[in-house]
Amino acid sequence: MAILWEALRSALRAIAVSKMRSFLTSLGIIIGVASIIAVVSLVQGLEESITSQFEGYGSNSLFIQQRRDNYGRLIGDLTDDDLLKLKGIDGISAISPQTFVFEYSGVQYEGEQHSADVVGVMPDYAEMDSSYPELGRFITTTDADSRKKVAVIGPKVRDELGMPENPIGEFIQYGPHWLKVIGVLESKGQMMGQDLDNYVYIPYPTAVGIMGYQQQPFVIFVVRVEDVNRIDSITERVEQTLRRNHGLKPGDDNDFMIQSADQVLQSIGQITQVITWVFGGIVGISLLVGGIGIMNIMLVSVTERTREVGICKALGATRADILLQFLLEAVIISLIGGIVGLGLGFAIGAGVAGMIPNFPPSEVPAWAVFLALGFSSGVGIVFGILPAAKAARLDPIDALRYE
Amino acid sequence: MNQLISLSGIRRTYQMGGETLHALDGIDLSIQQNDYVAVIGSSGSGKSTLMNIIGCLDTPSEGHYRLADEDVSEMTGQQLAAVRNRRIGFIFQSFNLLPRVDALHNVMQPLVYQRVSYRQRKARAQELLERVGLSGRMGHQPNELSGGQRQRVAIARALVTAPSILLADEPTGNLDSSTTADILNLFDELHREGQTIIMVTHEPDIARRCHRQVRLKDGQIIEDSRSAMTTGKEEH
Ligand SMILES: Nc1ncnc2c1ncn2[C@@H]1O[C@H](COP(=O)(O)OP(=O)(O)O)[C@@H](O)[C@H]1O
Ligand SMILES: [Mg+2]
Repeated sequence: MAILWEALRSALRAIAVSKMRSFLTSLGIIIGVASIIAVVSLVQGLEESITSQFEGYGSNSLFIQQRRDNYGRLIGDLTDDDLLKLKGIDGISAISPQTFVFEYSGVQYEGEQHSADVVGVMPDYAEMDSSYPELGRFITTTDADSRKKVAVIGPKVRDELGMPENPIGEFIQYGPHWLKVIGVLESKGQMMGQDLDNYVYIPYPTAVGIMGYQQQPFVIFVVRVEDVNRIDSITERVEQTLRRNHGLKPGDDNDFMIQSADQVLQSIGQITQVITWVFGGIVGISLLVGGIGIMNIMLVSVTERTREVGICKALGATRADILLQFLLEAVIISLIGGIVGLGLGFAIGAGVAGMIPNFPPSEVPAWAVFLALGFSSGVGIVFGILPAAKAARLDPIDALRYE
Repeated sequence: MNQLISLSGIRRTYQMGGETLHALDGIDLSIQQNDYVAVIGSSGSGKSTLMNIIGCLDTPSEGHYRLADEDVSEMTGQQLAAVRNRRIGFIFQSFNLLPRVDALHNVMQPLVYQRVSYRQRKARAQELLERVGLSGRMGHQPNELSGGQRQRVAIARALVTAPSILLADEPTGNLDSSTTADILNLFDELHREGQTIIMVTHEPDIARRCHRQVRLKDGQIIEDSRSAMTTGKEEH
């Protein structure tokens, strides 16, 4: 233990003597670790927020969407009739279409303009999305059936438009349409950088009416099943019902997609994992390059200090003593690089996340910290062992005679 | 007197191109405890090679070397390192101090390899630096010291492990005459205190100060004599 301490001391001394060189040596490691930490922190932050958004729906949710062709164009349609037929399926406790209306930009109130997302939904949506009114009420079947121009707004919309604390009965304007406010939702805060309080919910038929002539609005049916254990058989029933309703022949591909909340989460997880691994690979290569840099400098350093090694051997240093000293030196250089890189990567991640509007805050998971530090000390050991062994093997006489 | 070193039939050969060069060519030599030996001879006669073998820095191509009743010729690299560390104190013509390390830490260094605690190392090193008259220079780096001061640091470092033998290969070769006198007085003093010393030198004056002169020529001992007047420490 004492010898380890002593080797550490002399390694630190050697590093302190040539600070600039040590810094340049560890630059590869610094860059490698900084980039892995920056990327991981951004991807992790993103995954965190997306995941938590979908988790709000619970694992007993299904999402039905129109399929897209290879060019991203929508294939097929999800119709009111589909909705009716699906409602009849035993085991489905709630179902609501969800469509974003992009006809006009922003809503207005007494001359104030504010951009908010206008979403067409059905009454069931409140429960599925945990959107409960703090004031007034949510959209009802009557609102939907008679295509009433009513709106349930998030608290942020109210505040941004400068509406009274209780805006029930007031009218907001969406393009040429006047929407009567019937409810204000409880605040849900932010997720994925998106303000969950910045929505204007209107009845789905009203939304379809506003979109009017638009051929194929993009719509998602959000479905809640009663019993999560029956989700597979219900998914099958949904598929059969839609195929029949869309008049698809056996052998035809579905013109829709059904995904469970779990599947959505899984595919998000897969995407972020792929990103992480791809960047991990790039970073791995840069760490390799950094390691080779360390080896190179250490080899130079061993050559320069040949005489020193000879002196130490004359004073009684064993091979192991010399090996340990040079190895520790390499490990410390790359570990310092790793720590600096960690801080730098953390700062870059936080900076980038802060600069992009609506981007979720970055997050550095503990495993990434351990990985980065473990990896950089590993690089130090792997690429330090060769120069250290070279130093340890030196013949004392030859080393002492070296000029 | 106790036999400390016994060399028998020591050869050291180098292969130079096709030729075999005998740096040492059959050396038989015994050295007793508290001997004060000068190794003399012309340049290239094998003095340094002999010192290096006695100091366990080099190994003979042939022959046997016993040091304090241990057969050094049979030792592993690790055992040799231990012998260098505990039994040998080596002083070089070019001082060979560790650069960028102050006098104190230079003197402490051999004790690192004995796993001695920092506190004890420091105390022992301070003691020896005082002994060689450098108590005021402990924090100085080698390049902040004069040649004579450097050699005194090297002597302190060689003595810090209380070695059985002090080996000095032309210790005053790089020093002016007054500094040389200081260093030699120090050696005389150490010898009086019981230290065994083997010193390589060119100068007849210096050789005469020692109590025994071993002359080398072409890797062989051609003369081994004792100065009659100054044998043993009881003379003083
Ligand atoms: N590493 C070596 N390779 C080849 N020859 C050597 C080596 N070291 C010493 N010699 C030769 O051995 C002989 C003795 O050298 P050395 O012991 O250094 O002499 P001295 O110290 O008496 O001047 C010389 O001829 C020298 O050239
Ligand atoms: Mg010589």
